[in-house]
Amino acid sequence: MARTAITEERIEVEAVLEEVASPSDGAVLLFLGVVRNHHEGRQVAGLVYEAYREMAKETLERIAREAEKRFATDRMVVLHRVGALDVGEVSTVIAVGTPHREEAYGASRYVIEEIKSRLPIWKRERYVDGGDGWLEGTVPEVEVLERRRGGKGLPERQSPGIGKDPPGGENGQGRERGGG
Amino acid sequence: MQIRVLFFASFREMVGTGELVVELPEPASVSDLLLELGGRGEPFDSLPAAPVVAVNRLFASLDTPLEGGDEVAFVPPVAGG
Repeated sequence: MARTAITEERIEVEAVLEEVASPSDGAVLLFLGVVRNHHEGRQVAGLVYEAYREMAKETLERIAREAEKRFATDRMVVLHRVGALDVGEVSTVIAVGTPHREEAYGASRYVIEEIKSRLPIWKRERYVDGGDGWLEGTVPEVEVLERRRGGKGLPERQSPGIGKDPPGGENGQGRERGGG
Repeated sequence: MQIRVLFFASFREMVGTGELVVELPEPASVSDLLLELGGRGEPFDSLPAAPVVAVNRLFASLDTPLEGGDEVAFVPPVAGG
């Protein structure tokens, strides 16, 4: 079973690696999302992550379960920080242990892309030259997600409902963070 | 019926609160909730006409029916990771 958490606490990478280690695994893959010092030409001093805490917790669990199922692994730790972070601090960790590397890459990639597209967390950057602002993010694909979980008996339809041409597009800013 | 409405990040700042309880006549969907809020005028009329919402912590379309005690969150574009 994967361990997932939304946490205020500093992420201890070494401990996470020890947690997923197993003698049956030939591959351990570690992804770190790290706070970057620049954004669109501005120097970033730090940032604050805000979360819809209960939903983020449940969504992260769901994403990890999906990855476990798709890539047949159960040694995975996925943590996401919230609160105030400085440049260089780890915001996200995804550690996966698998017998062979292919599943580890698949699972790790799946988890980070799903985090980017549907984890209800927002990021407010603070700039060195003063000022701050919410980063434009990714608009979750509500219709796709509803269908994927069985649609709750709702009719399928076009999606005038969501999005309204999000600035930056579906794979806009959210895509480029996290170093990966 | 009473619906608990949550606003996050830029939406929270836009409306000046993170949480509201809204009274709606039954039956009602998410769209009816949007109409009710829009009818309040400022600052709620600055919310997008068709925002992404979550009902009871699952993303949901605007025609999703609501029940008393439901939790509806307005979800700005997400930026985790």
